[in-house]
Amino acid sequence: MIEIDGVSKSYDGRAVVDNVTMVVQPRSIAVIVGTSGSGKTTLLRMINRLVERDSGSIRLDAEDNRSIPGYLLRRRIGYAIQEHGLFPHRTVSENIATVPRLLGWAPSRINAKVRELLVLFQLDPDIFGSRYPHELSGGEKQRVGVARALAAEPNVLLMDEPFGALDPVIRAKAQDDLRTIQRHLRTTIILVTHDMEEAFRLADKIAVMDAGRLLQYGTPDDLVRRPATPFVEALIGARERPFRLLAINTLGEAVEVGEADGPPLPADTSQKDAVAEMVWSRRGAVPVVSSDGSPLGRVTLEALLRRAGGPS
Amino acid sequence: MTFRIDKLGLGIGLLAAYGLGSPWATLRANRIVQGEAVGLFAALPLWAAWLVFCVTLAAGAIAILSVRPSTRLAAASVALATVCAGVGSAGGFLLPPDNSYARVSPASGFWILLFAFALLAADAITRMKPRPITRLSYTALAVAAILTFLFLGVWSELSIIKEYSVRADAFWAEAMRHMTLALGSLLAATIAGIPLGVFCERKVGARAIVLNTLNLIQTIPSIALFGMLIGPLAWIAVNVPGAAAAGIRGIGVAPAFVALLLYSILPIVANTVAGLEGVPGATRDAAKGLGMTSTQRLWRVEFPLALPVILTAIRIVLVQNIGLATIAALIGGGGFGTFVFQGLGQMATDLVLLGALPTVALAFVSAVVLDALIETTAAETGGKGAT
Repeated sequence: MIEIDGVSKSYDGRAVVDNVTMVVQPRSIAVIVGTSGSGKTTLLRMINRLVERDSGSIRLDAEDNRSIPGYLLRRRIGYAIQEHGLFPHRTVSENIATVPRLLGWAPSRINAKVRELLVLFQLDPDIFGSRYPHELSGGEKQRVGVARALAAEPNVLLMDEPFGALDPVIRAKAQDDLRTIQRHLRTTIILVTHDMEEAFRLADKIAVMDAGRLLQYGTPDDLVRRPATPFVEALIGARERPFRLLAINTLGEAVEVGEADGPPLPADTSQKDAVAEMVWSRRGAVPVVSSDGSPLGRVTLEALLRRAGGPS
Repeated sequence: MTFRIDKLGLGIGLLAAYGLGSPWATLRANRIVQGEAVGLFAALPLWAAWLVFCVTLAAGAIAILSVRPSTRLAAASVALATVCAGVGSAGGFLLPPDNSYARVSPASGFWILLFAFALLAADAITRMKPRPITRLSYTALAVAAILTFLFLGVWSELSIIKEYSVRADAFWAEAMRHMTLALGSLLAATIAGIPLGVFCERKVGARAIVLNTLNLIQTIPSIALFGMLIGPLAWIAVNVPGAAAAGIRGIGVAPAFVALLLYSILPIVANTVAGLEGVPGATRDAAKGLGMTSTQRLWRVEFPLALPVILTAIRIVLVQNIGLATIAALIGGGGFGTFVFQGLGQMATDLVLLGALPTVALAFVSAVVLDALIETTAAETGGKGAT
């Protein structure tokens, strides 16, 4: 659990982060969204003390993050950034091994960890391990950057616009992969982005920041249905609201008893994808199956659209 | 079969033709008087003259026609060897027997051919795009060839070698002193300059002061700087106990060493700063964010990435020092400059060459070796030190 309590930071008398309080639950993904200059990156960097706060407190699992020296704290917290920041003079394996080496792990343990992470990130260890960063594509560099951040098995991973430099197709894949890996490793992730789409794809909870202040911190559903300020509403986009709701919910929540024709959809399909499928295949309802293929019932287009509606 | 004309090769060919028509050697009654120029066919036995003539023409033709670089390099090598051997045999052929005063030196024709074919070789090697290690082997081969010629006595009848043989001991002593001055000052400048560069990179306020001061020193003409150091060092020698015993004096090696050190330090400090500044911001941020201490960041990330740029400075300084050390002779610092200035004083051109040629060769070899080193380290840091 990460508890950020009344944290402020100002540069030259101008508040960059202004009295922010939020709690990130263990094993969840919190996404901090805001325009540039909103203070979101500063807030993130105060967690691993790349920036020292002026006031307030930050606790990781009830322990103040100032109780140990900054560099030791940072070895326990994963950190991945937009331009990946890979060390150009080190191979992929050496890059990933950075923090385990700093921590003095045995070489055999480091090697095993590096291989495990490369496999997890779909990079063949025998091919990619000995490559240098300049021999990688943008997507591969980004994956190595995240793998490096996770090498010492941190409980917490901080990510600053990690997908910002990727093209849209690779970005969507990277976001899905991150979600999968997060469920697998059960790491608590705090991710900073200016991309609302990304926030809705990834977040368990979204924090919206503007001019240093935290405007709203809640589930994606909360943000759409009950935006705290006009700014939050504008950021979500009034015309996007039904689609945002469809995107964050899965078919499983809308299953009803009954039958439908045509090929079935798995229960973990997003409602947005299901609507797209139904509209395209001209069906008013589709059968829903669980992940092992057993029938659960059906979902109707009408029910999905009703769920995505605003207050009546 | 059609051939295309190579533009640079055409220039080389014309130059070689001009060289063939120029005087091959100079014959003088003694080492200082004005000599008489002797053409190729008068300076060599007929067969040797024809050999030089034909080989030069053939190599010139190969240069003009666009053929593979390896063929061009082979032609250049054969031509260089022939020309070098040819100038040597002019010595034995022209010198009257039993006259130990007469001297034979290479004349403009030889130098023009040497230049033309060296250019052809260099151009061919560049076109072959060799890896650093291959370039080093080519240089080693060239050095070995020159040493073999010297060892076999091919040039022993030439004036420059005669100048050498009467002062062989002095030559090697001055060579050692030259290297000590050039390398020693470089080493001292590196030891002082890199930490100073790291300091300047971290303290922006200090940077302007340090770099401007060093810039100012760099603008002082070398002879003036040598001269300016005589006073302070003489004072130190007299007033600081033990200084004189340590070899510090107003003239001699000490001021030369200090002057070279002062000239060396600006490129090293400036390039250390530039190299460290060239480390990408994201790389620094990641290094810190992953929990490296500032010392670890410097040694494991920043310094290795800045190394190619720092090595570039060391290359500049080394070549510069090898040249500048020549002037140290003016204030009694010794080195190859001793022969240059003696030669100038005695109007003995060959003595000047005895000092100048080894200096040029040393500078050239140093440049090649360090270039190879820089390229190797730059490749390891991913091109230009960034991704």
